[in-house]
Amino acid sequence: MATLVSHPDEVKVISKRFGLGAANLDRYLELDGYKALQKALELGADGIINEVKASNLRGRGGAGFPTGMKWSFVPKESAKPKYVLCNGDESEPGTCKDRLIFEHDPHAVIEGAMIAAVATGSHDVYIYIRGEYRYLLEIMQKAIADAYARGFCGKNIFGSGYDLNVYWHGGAGAYEVGEESALMESLEGKRGIPRIRPPFPAVVGLWGGPTVINNAETLASVPPILLMGGKQYAEIGVERNGGTRLFQLSGHVERPGVYELPLGYNLKKAIYEVGGGIANGRALKCVVPGGSSVPCLRPEEIDISLDFDAMMKAGTFLGSGGIVILDDQTCIVKFALRTSQFYRHESCGWCIPCREGTDWLTKTLKRFHAGGGVAKDIDNLRYLAENMLGRTFCPLGDAAAMPIIGFVKKFREEFEAHLDGRPCPFGQHGALNPLPVLSH
Amino acid sequence: MKFSEQLEARFSDMITHYPVKRSLLVPFLLYTQDEYGYITDPVIEELARRLEITELDIRGVISYYSMLRTKPGGKYNVQVCTNICCLLRDGEQMLAHVRGKLGVAVNQGVTPDGVFSVEEVECIGACAWAPAMQVNYTFHENLTPEKIDQILDEYRQKAAQ
Repeated sequence: MATLVSHPDEVKVISKRFGLGAANLDRYLELDGYKALQKALELGADGIINEVKASNLRGRGGAGFPTGMKWSFVPKESAKPKYVLCNGDESEPGTCKDRLIFEHDPHAVIEGAMIAAVATGSHDVYIYIRGEYRYLLEIMQKAIADAYARGFCGKNIFGSGYDLNVYWHGGAGAYEVGEESALMESLEGKRGIPRIRPPFPAVVGLWGGPTVINNAETLASVPPILLMGGKQYAEIGVERNGGTRLFQLSGHVERPGVYELPLGYNLKKAIYEVGGGIANGRALKCVVPGGSSVPCLRPEEIDISLDFDAMMKAGTFLGSGGIVILDDQTCIVKFALRTSQFYRHESCGWCIPCREGTDWLTKTLKRFHAGGGVAKDIDNLRYLAENMLGRTFCPLGDAAAMPIIGFVKKFREEFEAHLDGRPCPFGQHGALNPLPVLSH
Repeated sequence: MKFSEQLEARFSDMITHYPVKRSLLVPFLLYTQDEYGYITDPVIEELARRLEITELDIRGVISYYSMLRTKPGGKYNVQVCTNICCLLRDGEQMLAHVRGKLGVAVNQGVTPDGVFSVEEVECIGACAWAPAMQVNYTFHENLTPEKIDQILDEYRQKAAQ
C-alpha cells in the first residue's frame, strides 16, 4: 500500500525483496527464503550467536543494544519455557519502516525470529503487531499459516528434531506497549504498564520465562547476516555499527520515503541527496533525527555520520531511524507542543514524573504558543523536563523530556519571540484550542 | 451471550496460542469490537467468565488501549493523524476538512446517520506518506482536501448500498 522509493546510494539487504511479492511463500523460497534458518540449525546456538556478534548488529528499535550480546544473556538452562518476542508495535512518530517489512517480507521476520529462538533454546515465538496495522497482521497470519503448512514451523523443523512454534499477536493502540516490559504485559492480556528491572526479560520475561525481545527490523536483518556471514555484514556499516538500516525521511523533504542506507551514511547527504533537499526550495531549520523522542539538531550540526555512537556524541540518538525534517517556516514552539501532547496522551500514568510532567509540559507549551507565556516559563520547561529524566520505570518519561530540552536549548529565540502576548511569528494557531491567556 | 460462529472459531484458535488464557484478551477484544461496533457489556461478561478474570479487570484493559471503545462509533471511523510528520504536511487542515465535510464538531463523535465518526489520532505509521488517515483499518495517504472528498464520498456510497 505504502509507496516504495529508491535511490542509487541504497544498499538493499533488508529491502531486497520489497516489491517482489515475497509475502508469497513460494516467491520467498525462490529468493533465498528459509535458507538461513537451515544454516542456523546446522550452526547451533553458539555458532549463531558468534555470527550475530561478529555482524555488529544493534537493536533497530531505537536503543541500539548489540543483538548477539542480548541473546547471550538468556540462560542455557531454564525451568520455565523460554520465548522470543518480536516487537512490531511500531508507534514512534516519524517511524514507518516495520510496516514495509511486514507488508513485503513477512517471512523474513518469521525466519529471523525462528533463528533467534534456535540461538537461545526457545521453542515459542510471538510476533506482536500493533492494532492499527490490521492488514499487516492479516499478511502475517497468512505467512505463519503457510509456513506451518510446509512444515517449516511446528514439530521437527527441517528434520532437525527441533520443535518451534510461531504465533501472531495484535495490539489495540498504545505507544507505551512498544517498550519491552509493557509489551510483555500487553501480550499477557493486561494494561501495558512497565515492569521494574532487574530482573531483565532475558531472565524473567513473558509468563515468567526468559524472553528475548527484538524489533522486527532487527530480526529481519538476521537471515541475511547468516547467509553472507557476520563479518561481511559488519563491513557494510562502520565500526561497532554493522549493516544497514531503513531510514525514514519525513516532513518537509522533497522525496519523503523509506531508504535503506548503510550505517555511517552522512545525515546531510541523506537529506539533500537521497531525500532531494528541503521541499518547495525552502531552507532547513531543524532535524529530529531518530523519531520524535530524540533531541533535535540545528542545520549546522547535521554533517554527521548516521550511526549510534556518532549521534550520541552529537548529543542526540539514532533512535528508530525516523528522520523528521522541519523547514524555516515551522514554529518550533508549536512543534514542541504537538510532540508533548503526544507523550501526554500516551503516558500510562504509572510513574508520577511522567504522568504529571507530560501534562505540565503540554499545558505550559500550549499557553506559550497562545501568547500567554512568561519569560521564566522557558527555564521552567527545561527544569521540568530535566527532572523527568531517569525517574521513571520505562523510557517514556525520558522520551517525552529529551526533545523538549533540546528545543529549549537550541531554539530559545523562538520561545522568546512568543513572549509578551505576541502572536506566533509563523501565524500557526490552527486547531490546537489554546488555553486562556494568563495575565502577566 | 453466544459469540457468532466466526468469533467462536477465532476464540478457540487463539486460546491455544498461550499458556495463560487471559493473554488473548487485547487482540480478541478488538475482534469483538469489529463484530459488534463496540465492546458491549455482554461481551465483557462472557469474556470474564471464559477467562476467569473479573469484569473490572477487563474494563481496566479496555480503558488503556486507544482503539478499544465501549460506545458505538460510526460505521466508518475516520481517524486523522495530526502527529508531527502529518502536522508538518497540513494534517490539522485535513482534520478540519474532514470535520467540516462531515459536519462533525470537535467534541462530537458520530454523524447523525451513524455512517461516520471522526477521531484525531496519534501516529499511525504513515510518516513518509503524510498527511494520512485511516478509515477503519484502511490507510489513506498523501491526502489533499480533494482526495478526502473523493474518499469520503466513496464510503458514503458504500454505506447507502
